[in-house]
Amino acid sequence: MLELFLGAETLSSTIRLSVPLILACLAGLWSERSGIVDIGLEGKMLIAAFAAASTAAFYNNALLALFVAILVSVGFALVHGYAAINQRGNQVVSGVAINMLAAGLAVVLGNEWFKEGGRTPALSSEARFMPIDLPGLSELYNVPVLGVVARIISGHSLLTYLTIALVPLTAWALARTRFGLRLRAVGENPHAVDTAGISVARLRYQAVLIAGVLCGIAGTYISTSLSASFVRDMTAGRGFMALAALIFANWRAWPALWACLLFGYLQAMGTRLQGVKFAGVEIPVQFINMLPYVMTVVLLAGFIGKSIPPKASGIPYTKDR
Amino acid sequence: MTPSTTPAIELIGIDKRFGPVHANKDVTLTIRQGSIHGIIGENGAGKSTLMSILFGFYQADKGEIRVKGQPLKIRSSSDAIAHGIGMVHQHFMLVDTFTVLENVVLGAEGGALIGPALAKARETLTHLSQDYEMDVDPDAIVGELPVGLQQRVEILKALFKGAETLILDEPTGVLTPDEADHLFRILGQLRDQGKTVILITHKLREIMAITDHVTVMRRGELVATFETKKTNVEELAEAMVGRRVLLHVDKSPAKPGVVVLDVKNVTWKDKKGIARVDNVSFNVRAGEIVGIAGVSGNGQSELLDVIAGITRPASGEIIFEGKSIGQLADPRHLREEGLAHVPEDRQHRGLISSFDASESGILGWHYDESLGHGFRLDRDKVVARCTKEMAEFDVRPGNPLLKSSKFSGGNQQKIILAREIARDPDLLIVGQPTRGVEANERELGLRMAGVMREAA
Amino acid sequence: MSARGELRGWADVALIPVLNLVVALLVSGIVVLIIGESPMEAMWIMLKGAVGSIKGWSYLLYYSTNFIFTGLAVAVAFHAGLFNIGGEGQAYIAGLGATMTGLGLEFLPWPIVIPLAVLMSALFGAFWGWVPGYLQAKRGSHIVITTIMFNFIASSLMVYFINYWLRPVGKMAVESRAVGNFDFSTFDLTGAYIPSLRELSLAIFGYRLPSSPLNPTFLFALAVAWAVWYLLWRTKLGYEIRAVGANTDAAVYAGIRPQKIIMVTMAISGGLAGLLAVNEVLGAQHRLVLEYVQGAGFVGIAVALMGRSHPVGIVLAAMLFGLLYQGGTELSFAKPEINRDMIVVIQGLVILFMGALEQTFRPWLEALFFRAED
Repeated sequence: MLELFLGAETLSSTIRLSVPLILACLAGLWSERSGIVDIGLEGKMLIAAFAAASTAAFYNNALLALFVAILVSVGFALVHGYAAINQRGNQVVSGVAINMLAAGLAVVLGNEWFKEGGRTPALSSEARFMPIDLPGLSELYNVPVLGVVARIISGHSLLTYLTIALVPLTAWALARTRFGLRLRAVGENPHAVDTAGISVARLRYQAVLIAGVLCGIAGTYISTSLSASFVRDMTAGRGFMALAALIFANWRAWPALWACLLFGYLQAMGTRLQGVKFAGVEIPVQFINMLPYVMTVVLLAGFIGKSIPPKASGIPYTKDR
Repeated sequence: MTPSTTPAIELIGIDKRFGPVHANKDVTLTIRQGSIHGIIGENGAGKSTLMSILFGFYQADKGEIRVKGQPLKIRSSSDAIAHGIGMVHQHFMLVDTFTVLENVVLGAEGGALIGPALAKARETLTHLSQDYEMDVDPDAIVGELPVGLQQRVEILKALFKGAETLILDEPTGVLTPDEADHLFRILGQLRDQGKTVILITHKLREIMAITDHVTVMRRGELVATFETKKTNVEELAEAMVGRRVLLHVDKSPAKPGVVVLDVKNVTWKDKKGIARVDNVSFNVRAGEIVGIAGVSGNGQSELLDVIAGITRPASGEIIFEGKSIGQLADPRHLREEGLAHVPEDRQHRGLISSFDASESGILGWHYDESLGHGFRLDRDKVVARCTKEMAEFDVRPGNPLLKSSKFSGGNQQKIILAREIARDPDLLIVGQPTRGVEANERELGLRMAGVMREAA
Repeated sequence: MSARGELRGWADVALIPVLNLVVALLVSGIVVLIIGESPMEAMWIMLKGAVGSIKGWSYLLYYSTNFIFTGLAVAVAFHAGLFNIGGEGQAYIAGLGATMTGLGLEFLPWPIVIPLAVLMSALFGAFWGWVPGYLQAKRGSHIVITTIMFNFIASSLMVYFINYWLRPVGKMAVESRAVGNFDFSTFDLTGAYIPSLRELSLAIFGYRLPSSPLNPTFLFALAVAWAVWYLLWRTKLGYEIRAVGANTDAAVYAGIRPQKIIMVTMAISGGLAGLLAVNEVLGAQHRLVLEYVQGAGFVGIAVALMGRSHPVGIVLAAMLFGLLYQGGTELSFAKPEINRDMIVVIQGLVILFMGALEQTFRPWLEALFFRAED
């Protein structure tokens, strides 16, 4: 029982499943802290996953795949930025459009390039971000207790460790740097930033770009590390779950990590509890699957705690008041 | 107080248009260093636009700005800040979730990391608060501070960035009288230290109380500049309005009847808990016109909202025709009881600009049985009603299908007035009846009020 | 702000949507070019496949039926200033109402069961829209986020219901039992089975139409579109909905309670989305199938934007998307190089240009117009 809920395998898979959530959540955090609502995390991840898998399939090179995926994701982010910042369009509508565009393009292009109905071919290990055993930890695998810990933290891909490092980096940058201060300010009161002689548009573009880069990494992780190819809709709502986690974390970096780990854990359990019976009763996994969304709705409604979004998020900036 | 010979600021021939609106017409103005200079005028006189141009928020179409004798191009707020100009806006430019320190250093961080700037700001703040009676906790969250202190943060922000000239746009609108007095003491001290203060306001009392010079603006033009000591309230008021202020309307004597509205000790507080309407009592009798006077921003609008049932008082009671408004509670019931309301902000609240005139013409009465039975809304009846009202009130163009936003301010006013009077109300509340209305239309509005009185 | 005034009515209503559509199609054409096919040829195949035969038309109208419902759902919410992204979930949940009525009241004659099943579809959808409305009005949760979450909750919930409650024992496919049956030789109609036009024409006229799922729900959808127009522009409630959407402050001044309107509007919106179940569950598949909505809820956003939130525009836009869906299917048969998901690309582009970049061409058009008038 304990093995099922807290065993090395469960927790290790929690981390694997959390990585894309954390990246997308941080992407959303950067974007929304600057005042740009990003419903398009899902689409950016999806198109990045496709770009990564295609590049890896053509060139057999994981790093190149990562680079191309980031480029493509940033391209989509710029479309969103142009609509939201220059055209002052509805940010939710733009996000919905990006999601559709990504879902459609990935399959249409994939079908043309690989003739497998939108799938990409299975990737070889050179073309993927493979698990790496952290030096010194693999010897501990068979030691009691410590071995469990070692098996949880070792054996992940480079991208996973990069992701974990990005959390403190984000927290630090937001709290301590000039860029972070200005970015937080522009999401709360862009007028204050403008009258201080700082460009609102420039700051928001920077935030949108960071979101693009992070979604690019997330997509790469999904198709080249978590799986070994691209299949249609493979992000499976992770972008929206990341939004939920962002709300849960109250738009802060460290809580975002915990929220994503929690949701990752629920995902891991959803798979592992399939068909498992407790005292003769089977828990329908659907209820575990919907838990993150239900929890978010309950939280948003203010029944437990309160989550307050950046004040200016979603509102196009105009000088006139 | 030794004003140097070079003026702090010179504005020469400033001209600015926003589309069809000529906001500033060839304005030339000199501001002496080490003085408090008031700029006064009615809403829309162009005061704020002029100052926004000086602060680099807008660019003038024509004209020149000189700071300490140097001609400058001020293209953005950062240019203005770099030349020692600071501005405290009417709506504060503060980040509510930030601490006082974070707000102060925003835009003046001095490096990629904000640690050193925060430390420096903490030190400066201590000095400034000693020099100028400006105590603020540097670590307080700004959104949790009272308005008076938030304003002080705005001033500190400007001083931290090295402002020599400080522009304040309607600084006392949100302050209590005590807070305002405190602000004036601070401004006086700033002047004594050699800083220049520009005060935009439409409150004559403030001008007389603290300024050294005062400039009057009207409809985008600079009317005159006076030395405050050598002028008086009447002269300024006349310059502001452009005619003798004592307005005389020919009217028959009132024959007051029973009490229709009784307002007892009404207090209304805004979100921050400040009493914007404080313990107000009065009553209105049938057949009389009661004016609620005062410079805008003194709580009249809020009082009207409370009476019309749109917002609720924090304490006190309002009795309308023997019934407490607390029980009637919402605008719809009040209307049914015979209370009509022409709101102050007509374009924004009195009608819906994207609706056609006939639909705006039933706003608030749309549920009436005469416009369609039950759930139905009979379009023909709606249009017919509007056509009739438009003819009665001479609305031009008399087209009920035209979008509400396409009518001039005066005609929008008439559409609203027609709607509210049509139902023969017992009490008509009108906020700012002459705002945005041309002189001849103004007269019509006043005449209508007179007619109402006779009929009541 | 335009210095010269606004565009004339017709340009606003027709020209800008058409222009944006053309741009969206041009960009899609570029995608086709990238794939190495001819956009003109692709367009021709799509047109021929959708409007070149009775079968094509039948499918076109069948798809449009779904899109009319979801488009109206999004549009009604738009009129109250709300963005309902939850049409997908609302329609999905509505399938449960339709199926449960059909299965539970199978013994009743069809003139009673079918209207009841239609009503239950609407009610279930309405409930799934009302809850986010309630949460926004009373608890301040943002409707966009809540409706997104509700889509996912609906998705899990329906897997559970179909798997654990509706799937007949021993059946592999994740779907319910049939909600009724129709024997066209004897005109024997049971349960909540809405026969297709093909079945009806066989039964009544003995005439064999090409096979398609088109059923009388299309006419019902047109009636509903009319009803929505009536609601919005000819009833007091509609007036209040539009007032809240156009200017909440003025609505409050008029004694309208925005909170009430938000809840009522979301219920109506959800109910409209729910009617999709009538076309799909009762009329086409005759059973509740896993993931049966297939993105139609999101197409509704494109349809509402394209149709300018007016029922006439929505019917036209829904038919356009019906054309794209049917034509896209034919295209993917004729040219396997162009995947059917090309429609999703076009859809995304339409939403992008109609919704988020709506204003992009406006200044340019205005300049053009006013120069012409000078």
